[in-house]
Amino acid sequence: MRLRSGVFAASCLLVEALGVALFLRGFFPVAVRSLPRREARGDPPAEPAPPGPGMVSNWTKIPPPLFKKVVLVLIDALRDDFVFGSKGKQFMPYTTQVVEKGTSYSFIAEAKPPTVTMPRIKALMTGSIPGFIDVIVNLNSPALLDDNLIWQAKTTGKRIIFYGDDTWVKLFPKHFVEHDGTTSFFVSDFTEVDDNVTRHLDRVLKREDWDLLILHYLGLDHIGHMTGPNSPLVGPKLREMDNILKKIHISLLSKEEASLPNLLVVCGDHGMSETGSHGGSSEGEVHTPLLFISSAFEKRSGPLTQPGLVQQTDLASTLAVGLGLPISRNSVGNLILPVVGGKTMREQLRFVHLNGFQLSRLLQENTPAYEKDPGYEHFKIAEKSHGNWIKLYLEGNNSEILLNLGKKVLKQYLEALKTLSSSLSKQVAQYDMYSMMVGTVIIMEVLLLLLLSIPKALSSRAEFEVPLSPPLFSLLFYLMCLMLCAVHVIVCTSAESLCYFCSMSWLTAVGVMMLISALMCGILSAIAKIFENSRLPLKNLVVSSSSWSEIDVLILAGTIGHVLSLGASSFIEEEHQTWYFLINTLCLVLCQELCRNNFLLKEWEPHHSTTMKQNFDSVGEASECKNIDIPAAGNSKLSKATSSAEFIKGSDKWISLASPWIILICCRLLRSLNQTGVQWAHRSDFGHWLTSSEHKSELSFLAAVSLLMILFLVQRRCSLVSKIAMALGLLGVYSYRAAIGNVIFPWQHDSKDISKGITEARFVYVFVLGIVFTGTKDLLKSQVISADSSVKSTGLWEVYSGLVLLAALLFRPHNLPVLVFCLLIQTMMTKYIWRPLKCDAAQITVMHYWFGQAFFYFQGNSNGIATVDISAGFVGLESYVEIPAIFLTAFATYTGPLLWAIHLLCYLSSEVNRNSAAVGHGCFCYAVLRSVPVAIYIVLVTGLRYHLFIWSVFSPKLLYEGVHVFITAAVCLFFMAMDQKHSQKV
Amino acid sequence: MKEAAIRRLLAANLLCVLSVVLTAVVPAFFWDGFTVLGTHLTWLCICSGCVSTFNILLHLVLKPNLSPKRSSFAHKISRFLKCCIYFFMSCILFHAIIVLYGAPLIESVTETFLFAVLLSTFTTLQCLCMLGPNIQAWIRVFSKNGAMSIWENSLQITTMCTIFGAWFGAFPIPLDWDRPWQVWPVSCSLGATFGYTAGLIIAPLWIHWNRKQLTYKSR
Ligand SMILES: [Zn+2]
Ligand SMILES: [Zn+2]
Repeated sequence: MRLRSGVFAASCLLVEALGVALFLRGFFPVAVRSLPRREARGDPPAEPAPPGPGMVSNWTKIPPPLFKKVVLVLIDALRDDFVFGSKGKQFMPYTTQVVEKGTSYSFIAEAKPPTVTMPRIKALMTGSIPGFIDVIVNLNSPALLDDNLIWQAKTTGKRIIFYGDDTWVKLFPKHFVEHDGTTSFFVSDFTEVDDNVTRHLDRVLKREDWDLLILHYLGLDHIGHMTGPNSPLVGPKLREMDNILKKIHISLLSKEEASLPNLLVVCGDHGMSETGSHGGSSEGEVHTPLLFISSAFEKRSGPLTQPGLVQQTDLASTLAVGLGLPISRNSVGNLILPVVGGKTMREQLRFVHLNGFQLSRLLQENTPAYEKDPGYEHFKIAEKSHGNWIKLYLEGNNSEILLNLGKKVLKQYLEALKTLSSSLSKQVAQYDMYSMMVGTVIIMEVLLLLLLSIPKALSSRAEFEVPLSPPLFSLLFYLMCLMLCAVHVIVCTSAESLCYFCSMSWLTAVGVMMLISALMCGILSAIAKIFENSRLPLKNLVVSSSSWSEIDVLILAGTIGHVLSLGASSFIEEEHQTWYFLINTLCLVLCQELCRNNFLLKEWEPHHSTTMKQNFDSVGEASECKNIDIPAAGNSKLSKATSSAEFIKGSDKWISLASPWIILICCRLLRSLNQTGVQWAHRSDFGHWLTSSEHKSELSFLAAVSLLMILFLVQRRCSLVSKIAMALGLLGVYSYRAAIGNVIFPWQHDSKDISKGITEARFVYVFVLGIVFTGTKDLLKSQVISADSSVKSTGLWEVYSGLVLLAALLFRPHNLPVLVFCLLIQTMMTKYIWRPLKCDAAQITVMHYWFGQAFFYFQGNSNGIATVDISAGFVGLESYVEIPAIFLTAFATYTGPLLWAIHLLCYLSSEVNRNSAAVGHGCFCYAVLRSVPVAIYIVLVTGLRYHLFIWSVFSPKLLYEGVHVFITAAVCLFFMAMDQKHSQKV
Repeated sequence: MKEAAIRRLLAANLLCVLSVVLTAVVPAFFWDGFTVLGTHLTWLCICSGCVSTFNILLHLVLKPNLSPKRSSFAHKISRFLKCCIYFFMSCILFHAIIVLYGAPLIESVTETFLFAVLLSTFTTLQCLCMLGPNIQAWIRVFSKNGAMSIWENSLQITTMCTIFGAWFGAFPIPLDWDRPWQVWPVSCSLGATFGYTAGLIIAPLWIHWNRKQLTYKSR
């Protein structure tokens, strides 16, 4: 079967996408840790039996609740210094007073990354550490099925009322006797989200018919996202929170009866970084305050000490004890002892014993060798001494001795609890290794196949024979299938932990096994062919490798260097630096190439220049031994060398020489637009300057100029209709931004009320669809009627400009210059660099890929989850609709790479007259460029899966890479479709 | 003849290397607290100054490009001024390129500029000494197969090595090791210096190995 490179590359990428999906499914397992909660209600343990006969403790029930009513106030993105720092003193006077002088205990609770709301709520309520996959389902949170505090409270008949973020309502459906959820997606809403919570407060505080009240305030988080932690809006919001806390506290105190005190808990789900976002693991993001306020506590005396550090998961156990509930089975938290410090020694010991028992049971269920765990051993020792203590207690010994002994036992327990929870926290990452391995094998095989076929795929015909039938029917293929199936059966029957790949239907599994074997056979036959060829003399290799141009060397070194850099966590955090560095160097090398072209080429005699300029772009082509194509290439290059000197003349020559420098300056400007990464993310950048509220008019001006520039740069190659549509669409973009309050019209001075801009956004969508539709129509026309290629290139350009318009709508206004510079650089590169230099398709593809990557970071992305702009998914939507939201967010995130990829297609298909196989080459190179880093990265991540930074650095990057593969697969399919049309014509 | 020339080149280059090494060692005797890392800016000044004076002296003594015609004093002066201007311009150009590569524009201007001066010393100054303020000659030397003597070959190699050294020197900056040499521009200037010294040593050796293939066309 004959396959063209484009088709081959696209199918390879599809298979690879399958492999990546399988790997991701294995890497981010849905943690099944303990028994389902229905069976989880085993009897609570009794107090440890005292040694010796005849004596049995009679306390077998769960201890009674310590507090009557509990109010939990969760303030989203409340950072520790908002309460304990200078901001707290300034804006939260009541809380500060309670912390410093009142009856309260204050702590700094450490949240585990990912510091995103939903996993944090889960951590607070179950005491477990949710896996990274929770981030992805964050937008669509299903009900929480694990054993948790809310469920426990509900089953024991507590009445719970909830107001705030509706994530809770989704997580705990039908758990609340009364609730009012507010959606957290309209990030620009600072007041209404909180007023929706507060308006219920007066009424609820008067009532007596509840036991647990949960309030989740979102306003602070929204302020952080829009303006950062140091904005002037934070202060008033904190003051508002302080007043609410004051109101609740006073009301709780006034209603207190003699029987049981009430408890007010104030906490944050996560903090915020210096830029105001969250998701990562910087200090500001993980440190949140945790306050327990109750009249049961002793009044604080003596000087204020620094609040102690606890884990966020500790809250679940503490609240469970406080409410007289069993501790959730999956909780890894420790009881915060000061909270129960007012109780008798016997009760305190009982509490920590319950906590320790729960932790050790969790350990038993998760590790086979639990008995050797130091935490478990400590716990057993402590339990024994606890028994002795009870013996003394029942014998009615001296209280002084009892107290001292009790303190000692308590200390032993606390030690055991700490060790137990740290060894449990370590185990949270349980990987589904089998699925991961299968995915890795598929990806590596695809990569090998792609690499081995480079020489063939980049030949001038860009097609090659795929020997489909011989490998399929060979003995090897069947043997491998059989062996793999046998392995599959063995692995799946012996595995104890849950495995996704095993849980698939056996037909699918056999299909995957056949795929793996077929790929393997393909690789083997390709290798065999290469060995056959290598018996031919190797002279060509030497000749061609010595004639590499600087660009080729840089491209190769850059690609390899980038892949290698993925092994270091700091290089992943600062990956944008790598790309900026590479494109800068690329520009300088291009500049040098242009200089040589302009100044030196004239002096050279033709034969000299041919040997000099025989550029072969990649290793594969260098190893190409059957030199069918080389004469052709040599000829074309000869003509290229002689003609290009005359090609550019006069002023064009100087513009051409200046263009790399202009591009460099553009890149430098873009770099300072959005500071990204981790180490230097806090540096001030233009983006923050523009988005701050004082500079609204500057932002408006910039946005207007950018939109005009976009129109100017795009319209050159469009038909008249799309020109008008484009202009109207861009006008719509501006009015959309004006409607949601980002920019202002010059005649509009008073700040009018902010709307969601639904109409304006939909107006733009209509034009986007219209332009894309016109383009597709042209493409279809060029295919069916086989009109001249100009129709096709207009069609492609129209599709491209439709995407540009969509990007302009979705980008934040301060990012519009990114789009302008993207178009500008593409125009300049096309006109003054690629055309004069006559770079071949592979070089052009690599340059597009590099610039695409750099633009991914220029638009403010990073390899952390926090920079994903989810607000893009709500442009023009009334409420959260899953499919469009995901599509729009993905598009907005990957705009840079996507636009460059489509531009590559536009450019290559306009070059078709010169090189008929250009599109195929481009598609193939694009596939290779994407496969290499993914494959290597997946192997690296598998190796580093117990690395300290796996959740904060490597996993987000893995997600980004995975999504990028899916997008690239789609792009390559588009490439293939374009290539198809061309070849039918020829 | 050729062997002797290569030996002369080697000796000159080794002296250059020595001068670089001395700038790192000698000032510590005169000035307490001097270290290359700790007082980096001072070292940058000293190193550029020493290397440039040494290069100029070497040029005056050896005169590798024997200019055929005796030129007038005024001509010499204008030539010298031109050299100065070229050097200054190359400093500015390097500074611009470094900023384009991402160095902060407003903060730490001194550091960036001194680094640019160091790079110019290692590259442009040598070119000026060897070729004079003659752009055409520069372009010839730095195009492929353009060198016309072993001195020009050596110039090519050291310049390339310096630039590569500075380029590679930027790699460790993003790593989060918090070492003193990761501070801007220490790693880059060290990289450039190492590249320069490596180039000085490599050049004669490379020319020695390839002396059979190297044939210099006369103009
Ligand atoms: Zn949150
Ligand atoms: Zn948030």
